[in-house]
Formats: sequence, C-alpha cells, structure tokens
Amino acid sequence: MTEISMSVNGKEVSGTVEGRTLLVHFLREALGLTGTHVGCDTSQCGACTIHMDGRSVKSCSILAVQADGARILTIEGLAEGDALHPVQAAFKEHHGLQCGFCTPGMIMAATDMIRRHPEGLTEATVREELEGNICRCTGYHNIVKAILAASEAMGAGAARAA
Amino acid sequence: MYDVNYHRAGSLQEALKLLKDADDGKFLAGGQTLIPAMKTRLAAPSDLIDLSHIAELKGISAAGRTVTIGAGTTHAEVAASADLRALCPALTHLANLIGDPHVRHMGTIGGSLANNDPAADYPAAILALAATVVTDRREIAAEDFFTGLFETALEEDEIITAVRFEAPAKAGYAKFPNPASRYAMTAVFVASDGNAVRAAVTGAGDDGVFRCAEVEAALDTDFSPSGLDGVRVPADALMTDIHASADYRASLVVAMAKCAVTMANG
Ligand SMILES: Cc1cc2nc3c(=O)[nH]c(=O)nc-3n(C[C@H](O)[C@H](O)[C@H](O)COP(=O)(O)OP(=O)(O)OC[C@H]3O[C@@H](n4cnc5c(N)ncnc54)[C@H](O)[C@@H]3O)c2cc1C
Ligand code: FES
Ligand code: FES
Repeated sequence: MTEISMSVNGKEVSGTVEGRTLLVHFLREALGLTGTHVGCDTSQCGACTIHMDGRSVKSCSILAVQADGARILTIEGLAEGDALHPVQAAFKEHHGLQCGFCTPGMIMAATDMIRRHPEGLTEATVREELEGNICRCTGYHNIVKAILAASEAMGAGAARAA
Repeated sequence: MYDVNYHRAGSLQEALKLLKDADDGKFLAGGQTLIPAMKTRLAAPSDLIDLSHIAELKGISAAGRTVTIGAGTTHAEVAASADLRALCPALTHLANLIGDPHVRHMGTIGGSLANNDPAADYPAAILALAATVVTDRREIAAEDFFTGLFETALEEDEIITAVRFEAPAKAGYAKFPNPASRYAMTAVFVASDGNAVRAAVTGAGDDGVFRCAEVEAALDTDFSPSGLDGVRVPADALMTDIHASADYRASLVVAMAKCAVTMANG
C-alpha cells in the first residue's frame, strides 16, 4: 500500500492505495466522485476522461500512484456553484446527451479541445477530436453542435476551461 | 490486474538501479500500452519503474537540421511542436494520427518504439528517416532496432533516451487506419534526402515494420504519385487477419505511398 496525495478539483486530498489501483477507482471509490464513469475499461470509450495537470487523459488507463502529486480536474469541478460551465450549459441547451453515460467524459474532452484550439473549432475538427469518446445514444450530432456552441460562447475566454 | 510495486525514478541511474533490484520489473512511460496489457494480465510485472519524471528524457531540440526527440516526449508534444513542424511536418502529422487526444497526452515516442507494435505509427517514420535510437548505453541504427513483432534490439534493462535524425528534404506519411482501433491497417512513410528515397511500411508486414524496395525503386526514378502507377508489391510477406487479406494490404501499400508522396511534394 502506498500513501498518495493530489489536488482534486482544487482540494488537497490523500489516500492509501495498492500499486494496481486505477486512478478512476481512486476518484470514484475513495473520494466518492462518481461523475467519472467506467465504460469500456479498455482505454477505448473515453467515459473516464478527466484532466491531469491540465491535459485530458483516460483515468482507467492510469494508476492512482502515477497521479501522486498531480492536479486533477473532474466533471464535479467544472461548475462554479450553481452556474454551469459553458460546455455543460451548451450540452443542456443543445440536447447533447440522452442516457448521459458518456457525458462527463465528453465534456472533459470538450473543455480540453476548446483549450487547445483558441483559434476556434470547425465541425470537422470536433468530429476528429472526439475519436477517443464513444456515445451509444446520440449519434454525435448534438454533441458536436454543443461543443461548437460552447467554443463560440467562450470566445477568447477559452483558457478558462483549463 | 495483479498487484504491482510502483517506483518513481528521478534519474536514469536511479531507474536502472530500481530495475536491477526488482524481481521482474518493467519500465513505465505513458502506460498507454503497458497498463491496458496489465489490466488483461497479458503483462504482469512485479515492479513498475516510472520514467515519466526524468527530466533528461523530455523535449525536442534541433541543431541545424539534426533533430533530437527525448524518449519521454508525448505524442501530443511532438504533434504540437512548431520547430519540428518547420523541419519535418510529416512527423508532427504522424503523431497527431496516433490514437486520440487523451492517448496522445500520455503516450511517448520511447514507449511506442520499445513496444514495436506491428501496427504502430512511429516505427515507420524512424525506419524511413534512418533515425538513430539512443539508449542509456549505445546508439542503435533504426535498421538494426526493429527485430520482429513486438521485438527490438533493446536489452531487458536498457532505456531509450532519445531518437535522432537528419530532417529530410521531403517526407510524407499516409495511414489507412483500422476503423475500430485506429492503429494502422497499412501506413507508409516516405522520405527523400534529395538523392535516395526511403519508404517504410507499418501495419502490413508479417514481421512488423519494413522498407519497401518496389516503392523505393519507383520513387527513386520519379518522386511523384504517378511514378507509382503500375507498381506491384508482393503479398508473400504481408499479414492476413480478420481486417484485411495480404493482397488487399499489398494494394494499400501502393495507395498509401501515393498519398504520402503527394504530401511530401506539398
Ligand atoms: C486507445 C488507444 C489507441 C492507440 N492508437 C495508436 C495508434 O493509432 N498508433 C500507435 O502507434 N499507437 C497507438 N496506441 C499506443 C500508444 O501510442 C502508446 O502510447 C505507445 O504504444 C506506448 O507508449 P507509452 O509511453 O504509453 O509506453 P508504456 O505503455 O508505458 O510502455 C510500453 C512498453 O515500452 C517500454 N518502455 C517505455 N518507455 C521506454 C524507454 N524509454 N526505454 C525502454 N523501454 C521503454 C515499457 O517497459 C513497455 O514495455 C494507442 C493506445 C491506445 C490506448
Ligand atoms: S473506461 Fe476508460 S476509456 Fe472506456
Ligand atoms: S448519451 Fe448515452 S452514451 Fe452518450
């Protein structure tokens, strides 16, 4: 067992984990942050996408010990009080979800995508960039719409997503 | 996943020592191949030695046209490097085609080369660029580095520290991705130094990445897509699997080579 600590959604947290404990399990089970989902558990679907040190990563493919000392942002850390993050608001507005299972990963992927494209996004870029996030419900159209709208709404303030 | 002892190395020396002291240790870089393999118990090391905090394994530098990429440099860093894009845009393009953004944020060039997946992207570039793989103890020419499926010339305890190459006059990369995995079903990297052409193929060979003599000969004469008209690549040493037959891959080699040359000619 190893003692680890990290910053999660702006709070310092610590815990004791086995070497093999996955980051997603640490977040969900030790910290109770169940917004991050496990879909495929094989690095394909992106339901477990979070940000580690400001970059989107698949938390089912990272050991909790690898994140020792890191800065983690999960879906729970996006809204400010009752005010949804612009990407969350856009998903709501544009019906970017049906069952909602893929949504936390989609939104964490989207905020990272918007951060990396301050020049703005095109539909083709959004579709290409969603390579690692699978949705079984929506057919992606409204997800793409929501991300384009959020990117537009965030304009020059895109850096906020990081 | 079986339990594992995790160690974080701060230097190459420390990493080597940690591996030596371990029962059945393995180096860990981005973990984008090793962690999934451990989850399915295809790999079950007793110890993991994390290389990702070793500063000297990171970064991209260029001296004239000589490019050095640290083994711990992520696919996303390669894809986003303006210096590299100016010298060898085919390589930044290639890095941007690996997996997806999240995988690219973790996965490293050193991990990809050490793994030598027969459908991985970097091996084609490294072979076509006649790059040198630099390790903690020696330099290995790309030609000698890839020794078969998931096999390399590396010793068990040898660490890749960097990859070095001369930026080519022209280069291009084209990939036909497997629609499910996005790994290459067949992909071709072509590079020309102004005299000789090198073309390396990944995703298609029975024995992993290889240089394609037929494509090189045709492009040596005429470095253009039409220079490849009528070229046939023998299917004998190509892979057949549920995704594609060897014959289909043979025709993909020529088709991808044409796209790669188009890119190289800008
Ligand atoms: C969903 C998904 C899609 C992917 N798609 C593609 C794709 O399209 N194309 C592609 O090429 N790859 C693809 N990959 C693989 C990805 O590129 C990996 O990042 C890469 O193969 C391994 O790099 P890593 O840094 O993650 O290495 P790790 O997984 O940490 O290590 C891999 C192996 O290399 C060894 N190793 C690591 N670093 C060193 C070093 N410096 N010296 C010596 N040995 C070392 C390790 O011991 C281990 O055996 C994909 C992966 C995933 C999960
Ligand atoms: S649960 Fe992590 S990628 Fe599917
Ligand atoms: S909304 Fe159901 S999986 Fe995407």
